[in-house]
Amino acid sequence: MTYQPGPGDSTAGRLTPAAGTRLDPWLGSYAERTHGMRASEIRALFAVANRPEVVSLAGGMPYLDGLPLDTLAELAAHVVATRGLTALQYGSGQGDETLREQILDVMRIEGIGAHPDDVVVTTGSQQALDLVTRVFVDPGDVIVAEAPSYVGALGVFRAYQAEVAHVPIDDAGLVPAALEETLTRLKLEGRRAKFLYTVPNFHNPAGVSLSAERRPQVLEICRRHGVLVVEDNPYGLLGFDGDPVPAMRSMDDEGVLYLGSFSKTFAPGYRVGWAVAPHAVREKLVLASESAILCPSNASQIAISTYLSTCDWMSQIKAYREMYRERRDAMVGALAEHLPDCTWTVPDGGFYTWVRLPDGLDAKEMLPRAVTARVAYVPGTAFYYDGQGADHMRLSFCYPTPERIREGVRRLATVVAGEAELVELFGTAGDGLDDTVSFPSPDLA
Amino acid sequence: MNADPAMPRIVILAGGLSHERDVSLRSGRRVAEALRGTGAEVTVLDVDADLLPALRDLHPDLVWPLLHGATGEDGSVRDALSLAGVRVLGTGPRAGRVAWSKPIAKTVVARAGLATPDYVTLPQTLFRELGAHRILDALVARLGLPLVVKPSRGGSALGVTVVTDAGQLPAAMVECFSYGDTALLERGVVGTEVAVSVLDTGSGPFVLPAVEIVTEGPYDYDARYNPGRVEYFAPARLSDEVAAAVADTAIRAHEALGLARLSRTDLIVDASGTPWFLEVNVAPGMTETSLLPQAAAAAGHDLGALYRALVDAELVGP
Repeated sequence: MTYQPGPGDSTAGRLTPAAGTRLDPWLGSYAERTHGMRASEIRALFAVANRPEVVSLAGGMPYLDGLPLDTLAELAAHVVATRGLTALQYGSGQGDETLREQILDVMRIEGIGAHPDDVVVTTGSQQALDLVTRVFVDPGDVIVAEAPSYVGALGVFRAYQAEVAHVPIDDAGLVPAALEETLTRLKLEGRRAKFLYTVPNFHNPAGVSLSAERRPQVLEICRRHGVLVVEDNPYGLLGFDGDPVPAMRSMDDEGVLYLGSFSKTFAPGYRVGWAVAPHAVREKLVLASESAILCPSNASQIAISTYLSTCDWMSQIKAYREMYRERRDAMVGALAEHLPDCTWTVPDGGFYTWVRLPDGLDAKEMLPRAVTARVAYVPGTAFYYDGQGADHMRLSFCYPTPERIREGVRRLATVVAGEAELVELFGTAGDGLDDTVSFPSPDLA
Repeated sequence: MNADPAMPRIVILAGGLSHERDVSLRSGRRVAEALRGTGAEVTVLDVDADLLPALRDLHPDLVWPLLHGATGEDGSVRDALSLAGVRVLGTGPRAGRVAWSKPIAKTVVARAGLATPDYVTLPQTLFRELGAHRILDALVARLGLPLVVKPSRGGSALGVTVVTDAGQLPAAMVECFSYGDTALLERGVVGTEVAVSVLDTGSGPFVLPAVEIVTEGPYDYDARYNPGRVEYFAPARLSDEVAAAVADTAIRAHEALGLARLSRTDLIVDASGTPWFLEVNVAPGMTETSLLPQAAAAAGHDLGALYRALVDAELVGP
């Protein structure tokens, strides 16, 4: 059979010129908050990162191979067999009461004393972040955050059309004097910050922790300025040395809204996180959550609750710590060996190190070269609201094995050398790519 | 070979390890879906260590590579497929290699009498040897402004900058060389941007209506894949005479380069109505926002039937 050209093909005469199309009939209907959303070539480049040939130092996926899958399978079967009609049913908007009590046990390790009524279970702590922002932020409001800050939080803040004021950090975390200065400046400008968003332990992306000395100082400054503290603490139990530092929430019940998660200490697939909030705030969070999702997944909550009550979860966390410590050592050792012209933070826990490139290099511009060399990272600009951070990149050591980490850093060294030569050749840091902040999805391993 | 010609077994290759992996995956899914609607049995495979064993197990009647960038378009995957003894839709490896290199393709079409903007091709090493700023000054003097800087290989506008001020040139070079080690610098032609798809369903190449691209800002990655910033006109708003010249240019480029089954030629039509050849794609994008599917729809084709016709022609063809 030979297919016949259509009526509009050249061999069969011309069509009447059509009206133009933008391929989207709803173009005039989108909310203003979507206007900044762009398809980024950086995001597209990450599509390559999950191929096995590529060493991805980009993603934040926990390494789950050590989980006792046989036991978890038995638990899941047991849950469905014995509590199936509850697990598969709608549940409480605030979350399963038993799990909320168990969450108190988890938080007690970091010195937090609370009541089960203070806890709101959410679909990952990412949803808690969304709820907090929804409850507190109107378009144009200011949120204060570390410089740099967690990319997923910035995405939420942007979606609610907040503005972000970044406050510098150093090796001991948020700098109190800089926080004071920022809050004072905002006040003078007639703009009050709605809350301080902070990741005090093993910061994403910076890898640093807020020192024990600074925690009360930061709380005092925020209290004086009437600013709520949102303490996001997914990594607190994953410290490599010594006992966890007391959480900020352990020092202030009323001024701190605490976010926790099982994603890093157990498994992210369950999507279970939580918020601990002062009474009045908590009521609003529950209402907001019910309007968003009706209730968190009962199946996930009961699975986690059963895991917590029947398994030695603390031993699992200790196993994770040892594994991540080994990977951190591989990362830091490889950086020292292969990238002596860069500087980096040495985290005492968590998943990330924050690497500063030699002068003039732009991590975003360099990414295509890295992908060609089969290594991926997240450019620093992703972690700022305002386009800063081009001279930094975030390297994750959570998912690749120590051997792969060393190989990845070795590849990165050739990439950095190539880019440095190029920049020197043309006498420019380059600014060809736009400053859109990209959102790498978390599964870029 | 599959016993039932109404249900050919087709493998679509999508993904690969190129900068355009994401676009390729989307193209692959779209074509697979359209072909399944015609009764074909379609499997989408990535290009990885599992590919050759999978082809051995599946025994497809035909492989359609929808790979964008790098080994997908430079002929090497096709060479590997021919080693595996499978029938492949589209341009063969040698012609693919020529078309994939923008400067070589330009040379070939220029010899065939087509207009293509004046250009130079420069590897990064040469800038080191001769001094970057001296070369850049000479380039601006020779080609003038605006000037288009692009990697000599690759698609989806990755690494491409339209330079309107000489001061932007160093940054454009840095961006370009992040994607590849050779840059094509081309005189920027001001005019109407059009893309013309050429198909061959068994009775010789024919063109689909030209698609005109009107962009707010550059026709970059975002403009291509995030609907809104680009207005497309299919068919393009050209006079009959210019439309015929544009169609003729695309057919001649397709033939001069020895391309087979399908291609898409990107052109700019200047104020005098002359079509200028920019580049050709042997694996044009097939996503929701891509140009070939838009042109096919404008011509009244059902995409499934059209893709199936390409498949059937390849199955009976030489």
